[in-house]
Formats: sequence, structure tokens, C-alpha cells
Amino acid sequence: MEIPYTISTRPDTGLWNAKIGIWLFLASEVMLFGGLFSAYIFLRIDAAPGTWPHGLLNVPVGTMNTAILIMSSVTVVLAWASLKMRRYRAYWWYMLITILCGVIFLTVKLAYEWPQKFEHFGAYIKPEALWKYEKYLGNQRRTEKGLEPRIEITGHLHSQNAKEYEVALDPVNAEPDNPAMDRPHFFPLPVTDKIANIEKEDVLRATMFLPTHNTYFASYFTITGLHGMHVLGGVLVFIYMWLPVSKRLYQRNPEHLANRVEVSGLFWHFVDLVWIFVFPLFYLL
Amino acid sequence: MDASTSIETHHEPHGHDAAHEHHELGWWRKYIFSTDHKVIGIQYGLCGLVFLFFGFCLMMMMRWQLAYPGQAMPVIGKWLPYIFGADSMPDGKMTPDFYNSLGAMHGTIMIFAGVVPLAFAAFGNFVVPLQIGAPDMTFPKVNAASFWAFAVGGVIMMISFFVPGGAAKSGWTSYTPLAAFSDTGPGHNPVFNGQTLWLIGFIFLISSSLLGAINFITTIIQLRAKGLTWMRLPFFVWAQFVTAFLLLLAFPPLEAAIVMQLMDRVAHTSFFLPSGLVVNGAPVSISGGGSPLLWQHLFWFLGHPEVYVLILPAFGIVAEILANNSRKPLWGYKSLVFSVLVIGFLSFIVWAHHMWMTGMGSAVSAFFQTTTLLISIPSVIILSAFFISLWGGSIRFTVPMLFATAFLPMFGIGGLTGIPLAFNSADLYLHDTYYIIAHFHYIVAPGTIFGLFAGVYYWFPKATGRKMNDFWGKVHFWPTLICMNVIFLPMFLQGMAGMHRRWYDGGQGWTVSNEHTIWGLTGFQWNQPISWAAWIMGLAQIPFIVNFFWSIWRGQKVNDNPWEATTLEWTAPSPPPHGNFIHTPVAYRGPYEYSLPGSERDYTMQNEPVEPAERTRRKPPAEPVLV
Amino acid sequence: MNNPPDISQDPKEYEEYAHGIQKHVRGYLMVGALLLTFTAITVALSYVDFGTRKANISIAMLVATLKAGAVAAVFMHLAAERRLIYRILIFTGFFVLGMFWLILLAWYDYPIYR
Repeated sequence: MEIPYTISTRPDTGLWNAKIGIWLFLASEVMLFGGLFSAYIFLRIDAAPGTWPHGLLNVPVGTMNTAILIMSSVTVVLAWASLKMRRYRAYWWYMLITILCGVIFLTVKLAYEWPQKFEHFGAYIKPEALWKYEKYLGNQRRTEKGLEPRIEITGHLHSQNAKEYEVALDPVNAEPDNPAMDRPHFFPLPVTDKIANIEKEDVLRATMFLPTHNTYFASYFTITGLHGMHVLGGVLVFIYMWLPVSKRLYQRNPEHLANRVEVSGLFWHFVDLVWIFVFPLFYLL
Repeated sequence: MDASTSIETHHEPHGHDAAHEHHELGWWRKYIFSTDHKVIGIQYGLCGLVFLFFGFCLMMMMRWQLAYPGQAMPVIGKWLPYIFGADSMPDGKMTPDFYNSLGAMHGTIMIFAGVVPLAFAAFGNFVVPLQIGAPDMTFPKVNAASFWAFAVGGVIMMISFFVPGGAAKSGWTSYTPLAAFSDTGPGHNPVFNGQTLWLIGFIFLISSSLLGAINFITTIIQLRAKGLTWMRLPFFVWAQFVTAFLLLLAFPPLEAAIVMQLMDRVAHTSFFLPSGLVVNGAPVSISGGGSPLLWQHLFWFLGHPEVYVLILPAFGIVAEILANNSRKPLWGYKSLVFSVLVIGFLSFIVWAHHMWMTGMGSAVSAFFQTTTLLISIPSVIILSAFFISLWGGSIRFTVPMLFATAFLPMFGIGGLTGIPLAFNSADLYLHDTYYIIAHFHYIVAPGTIFGLFAGVYYWFPKATGRKMNDFWGKVHFWPTLICMNVIFLPMFLQGMAGMHRRWYDGGQGWTVSNEHTIWGLTGFQWNQPISWAAWIMGLAQIPFIVNFFWSIWRGQKVNDNPWEATTLEWTAPSPPPHGNFIHTPVAYRGPYEYSLPGSERDYTMQNEPVEPAERTRRKPPAEPVLV
Repeated sequence: MNNPPDISQDPKEYEEYAHGIQKHVRGYLMVGALLLTFTAITVALSYVDFGTRKANISIAMLVATLKAGAVAAVFMHLAAERRLIYRILIFTGFFVLGMFWLILLAWYDYPIYR
């Protein structure tokens, strides 16, 4: 029993089944990421001054990852075009590059970007104790300039005991009155070796940069995590379509393989599309 | 069997991917991991009925606590602690936490594991491909995946009863902050606790629905038989089509919100948790900055289309049965189609009427009040069209017709009692009272579930080749109808008197339940007759259950079209073989050509060609096309 | 930019067809280069201050939308897709934007518990 219009198009709609299926799926994915983006919007609107951080993510690395994903979008559509032109060798190479790009993207994210954050420490100072740490926060100058107050001290946690945290400060807390620290930098500045001792009783809340740290990181890890799962899913599907089993399908029915690659390619482009919005919202703005 | 069941115009290279009729499948591939839409439909149906029954049992337990609060449950009270844990019912007396679990899980299981799988997935899967003349769904493997995702989700929901702390107890709406902190702390596992399992199970249920929706929409668009234009589709197919779109687009924001609530519970994020929370006397160490109202918006963005998911398939089933048993076409087919499309569209922009009490400003409230009132119009059009369809018909009260006819006034009551709730001013008083419970239960219980019962009795012969017993069908129907009304009608009055929902003691401890009398009983005292009606209604389901299973093997054998119906599924053998049709059907006419003037029989099936003699009496129809 | 036409079953028309796809390949490469350029532009623009925070965000989102549009129109063949697909996407777009907008309308009516 053959299901009609799996490969050929139905005359009145001009579409084959999986084309409609994947676009319906992508429509639901738009709503899914829409829900997540709406959380981002409303959490950011509601964030108290100074609680929504800027410049904490590595922009060069993020830009490179964006470029890698864009490249993989190009190679996957070239892979599809190669199949339509019946050039299997070219298809195989383009698909391989696509897979590698996806793997690199995931590796950079999971083995570099995320662990970097997990080792970064931040302590929110209680409002009544902010004056004590003025030399790390520079709020007097910031209020004069009409900028948002700083209420957090960040850096690397050297050690802690029952009474205090010993923190190697980030440049923004080492030189809070330096005007260069008012805007995020393109190249991330390394942590300084200036040490600060922060009394635990002055601290509202102190954790590593985990999802629990603030709503910014909660959204960041959740959205990039879910996006990463979609990248992984796409990579796995592409691997299946690149293995020798695909060669057999190509020999039996090349158009069927081309359609499958097109459908997976559409999914992949959507994943790229989401990243195009995630990147500026979290890394740049 | 004819191998040329495809309608392609040119020869396809023969792919061997799909299962063939040439070689026999093993037992597991044939009955358990089947990709045949009929098997999957039956799997959904049986599982859905089991969950429906379980959800019903949860309610019967709740009704004991409401009628006789604080008293030990007789007979089964001794045994329940062995099933649900000693903390649930010490000495057979229900704890408030256990009552809340029953309430939350009754709602969740009935809606997401009972009604939606039955109404949409079971009936849709079995009937829709047959009604459009298709050999199967467009994506059979995805179909199987969607069933198994549902099964896993349902099992996770059931498992949640047996973990320390018991099942989720924060309402089926799972509002934060309560839902984020419930089932945490000493004595609870960080992941295997009721509330977290509820969230995880839900993700499976949602994914199942999404996959199913994709299948339905694509199938209805692509696999309609030749000649079956959009305006010749049975109304049931239209209803399933719109329902699928509702599921496709409304579920994902809730899935996003559930992932976020899961993060709140497991990773201690603060998506939905504001600053300054104090739990059990101590401030919680979270970042805060989140919003409980964001959860409500995202939840109800699904929550409202969800209620249309619950009713539209039932509209479709009732439509088929009314036409069939009044032996005349449905009145106002075009308005029915138009109305169901408008309902689908509007249902996405009314959700905040579930949130009147949250303090929205007047501008936004005015918008939602307007759209909510607007959406009542197509619903009334549909109900009116159904009523008018009966006028002048030769009505025969078969068992499906009994349920379908009863659906009309019952849904009418449910729907009309919703109109006051469209106004935030009236809802100020009625919100979270028993009025609300009565309103939505009238729609779902003597509404949708009656539609589902009607569908079971109606399509049983197509699935099995045998009819269910008529006498026991009537024994099932009458007590169920009467009990439904005894249960839910007084609830309107309880609600208007001020009795709140989700009160563990049934209102006994509240003045408002003990002050006024309604028809001689106080609000609280009404709990007793309501509970007795619920238990009697439970007994009335026994004939249905026995009838159902007995008739599969011993029911009266019938031919392929025992109801003398017109739609395409009745041209297939009963039960249909793999591939469904011996000859691919072609549709020449509309779906409800009953009592066609000049015809010998009082029904003319959709695949009967139009005779020249017929042509002279009406406009010449277009040639069968794919449109 | 048109969708490459559906492959013909007739091997004789292959040559012509394969040649036709070549033209689309150039288009894909050009759009790919465009996207990389616009990524660099996005990053560069984020270091320019356009006055208010709203302006900065709007400009970044505008650039992102242009990039997304290019991916959708060219890589996803949307520019030459069928009406049915357009209809599905237009409804989806309407509902997701409606969801944002309606929640936003209500948002400032609520007290914020910071």
C-alpha cells in the first residue's frame, strides 16, 4: 500500500506530503520559541535596575558560532541542490561539512561557553550595604551620569570561609570609575588579580553563573539549551542521511532522498533562524 | 486485494519502505507497534477509555470527601492507603493534600489523557482517513510515534501517584509559586516527585498531540479522494481539521512554559517566581525577578483553545449522527463550516477571560470581553444548525441518536451559562466557585462525553463488524443522563450562593455554604445528593463497559453499512483491511444525501455516480476533480 | 528568486535541469556571504549608541529580521512557495505576534514584585 503524494506533488496543492508536514512542524516551533522569547521579553522588562547584565557573554566566540551555523545553512542547501542535480559525491561532502559545523557549534557551546559561565562568580550586594563596596561598584559616578547602578561584584571565586568570599575581580569591578567600563567590550577582558573580600552578611545572593543566578541566565541557558537540543537533533538526522544507507536510497529513488534532505534542511534553516535572533538578544543587547 | 490503491498519475519507482500487504507482519508489528491508522485509533481509544475511567474513579473518591468530610471512606477506605500511600488516607480519612492531588489529577487525566486522546486521536485516527477515502494517514510512522509518546506520558502521570509525596496537587492549572514549591523539601525526591513528574509527563502528552496534529492536517489536505472537494467533506472532518490547527499552534507556548516551570523546580531558576517569597516561614534563596502572571498567560494561551479541542470533535460526531438518524441532510452546512473556522481563529485571542481576577486594566479587559462574546456567536450558530437539522426529519432513536440528541440541550446549558463569565464584572463574583465547575462540566461531561459515547456506539460496527447491544445501550444512557443533571445542575446554585471550588471540606467550614437554603437544602448539604448521583452514574457505566467488550466477540453481526449512512467510511468492509478500500473511492456528491428526491432508498452514498436522470433535476455538477 | 523546478523523470531533460540549478547555487552562495556580512554589521552596530535602549534594540532586531528574511526566502525557498504554506505561516505569525502584543498590553497593569 503506497501513500500517495509522498514524492510526487498533488496537482491542486502543488505540494508533496512531507513539505506540508515540515512547515506545520516549523509553525509549531515558531510558537514554541515564541513562548520562550516572550518570557525573555517580560523578564527583561521586569528586571530591577542593575539586575539584567550586559557584556557577560563572549562576543567573538558567539559571532564565530553564528558564522559557523550560517555556513552550515549554506552547505546544507548546496547538498540538497547537489542531490537534485544527481551529484552524489558533492552531496556527500556538503553534508559532511554541515554535520561538522553542527558538531563544532555544539562543542563550542557545551564544552567552552557554558563551562566558562559555570566558573564565573557573582555576588549581589544588599541594598543597605552597597556603600561599603563603593570602591568596587562606582555607583556615585554612575548615578551622576544617569547610568544604571551596579549591585553585583563579579569575578573568580578564590576561596570562601564562614564569613567572607575572596574574589579575584573582573575589570568592571577592579576599575569601576573607568569610563571604558561603561560599555561592554568586544574582546572579553580577563579577570584581574585584584582581590576583594566580601562579607557574607553583606551579600544578598551569591552563586556561579548558573541558571539560578538571575533571570538573564535562566533564559540564556534555557533558550540556548533547547536550541542546542534542536541542533543535536538536526545533526543526528543529517548523520543518518549521510551514512551508506542513504546511498542505497539514492540508488533506488534519488528524488525521495532529495525530498528528505530538503525537509531536514528546512528544519536546519529554522534552527539557524532562531539563532539569528538569540545571538543579538543575549550577546549584544 | 487491489494493489493500485494510489492515485498517482504516473508510475513511481517502487519503494519498499512502507509495510506491504505482500508479507505478513509479526504480532508485535501488527498489534502493538502498528503504523496502521485503524490500529492506532483503537489503541488510543482503549487507552483513552481506561484513563477516562481512572479519572472518573478519582472524582468518585473526591465526592466522598465533599459529601462526608473528615469521615472514613467505607469499604475501600481500608485499601486505598495501600495503593496511594499511608499518608494519603490515614484511617481511611482523606488528607487535604490527597484531596488536592485527586482534584489536580482528575482534571489533568480527564482532559489530556482521556478526552483529547479519545475525541481527537482515537476517533480522528480511525474515521478521518476512511471518511476521505484515503489508504492511511500521510505519516504512519509519525502516527505510531505520537501514540507511544501519549502512552509514555500517561504512564508517567500514573506513576506520579506512587512516589513519595503523591501526585501533583497544585491544580490542573499548576499556578506558580505554589506549583514551584509543592512536593519539595524533606521526604521528596528532587526529580521523582508528583509535581515534577506531572511536568515531564505533560511534555510527552504535548509532543504526542503535536505529531498527531501534523498528521491530521496533512492527511486532510493531501489524501482526499477524487471528487471530494472541501465543501463535500463530512462535517466531522472539518471539525478535526480545525482541532488539529488548535493543537498545533496553541500547545507549544505551554510546552515552553512547562520547560520553564521544570527549570524553576529542578534548576532553581525564577522564571515564574517573584522576589521576596517566603515559604514555610523562611525566605527562599532564589534570584526572584520572575512573574507568576507570565505562567498564567502562557498556560491559558493553550488553555482556551484546549476547551475548543474538547468540544469540536464532539460537534463533528454529533453532526454525523444527527444527519444519519433524521434521514435528511444537515441544515446550514456552509454556516457550520464557516462557524467552525471562525471558532478556531477566535479561540486564540480570548484566553485572558480565565484571568479576570488578575488585575488587568480596562482596555485589555474590554478587548478580551469583546472577543469572548464574539466567539459565542459561531457556537450558537452551530448548535442552532443542529437543532434545525432535526426539523422535519424522520427521527429514529438509535442508541447513538439518544446520546447525540441529549448532547444538544446539555451543551446548550453549558454554553449559555458561560455567557455571564465573559464579563469580568460578573466573573468577579463567580470566579473559582462551583458555578464555573458546573459550566465547564456541562460542556465536557453531558456534552463532549455524550458525543464520544455516541461515536463509540455509532462506529463500533465499522471497527468490529458487530453492533453493540441496543437494550443495554439504553440502560447506559438514561441513568447517565439523569445523573449528569442531578450532579451538575445544583452546582450552579451552589456557586451562585458563593461556594468555592477546591475546598477540601466541601464548604462545611464556611458560613456561605451553611447559611442559605437552595430548594430546601444548604449549599453544603447539596453535596450529598450530588455525590450519590455521581456514584450511581458510576454504576450506570458498567453496562457500557460490559456491552463494549462482550460485543467485540459476541455482538450481533452486521453488514458494512448497518446505519444506512452516506459517508465514505461505510463503503469499506467492516472492519476495513490494511489499505482500507478494495476499490479507491471517488466522491460524486455531498456527504449527507439522505432522502434524495426520486431516489429508491432514503440515502445515497457519496461514491454513487450521478445518473443522467438526476442531472436534469439539478444543476449539472462538475466532473470529479482534485480540488 | 524562484524555486528550482521539480525534477523531471525524463533523463533527457536532465542536462538542462542540472544547468538551471547551477544558477540557484550562485544565489545561495551570495546570500550566504550576505548573511556573514550582516552578522559582522550586527556586531558592529551593537557598539554604536543610538540614544535610547529602545532604539538600540529596534535596530538590532531590524537587522536580525532582514537576515532571517533572507534565510527564509532563499534557503527555505519561501519566495516561490505555494499559497497553502504562506497561509499557514501568516496565521502562525499573527498568533505569535498577537500573543506577544496582548500580554504586553496587560503587563503594565500588574504590580511588579521586585
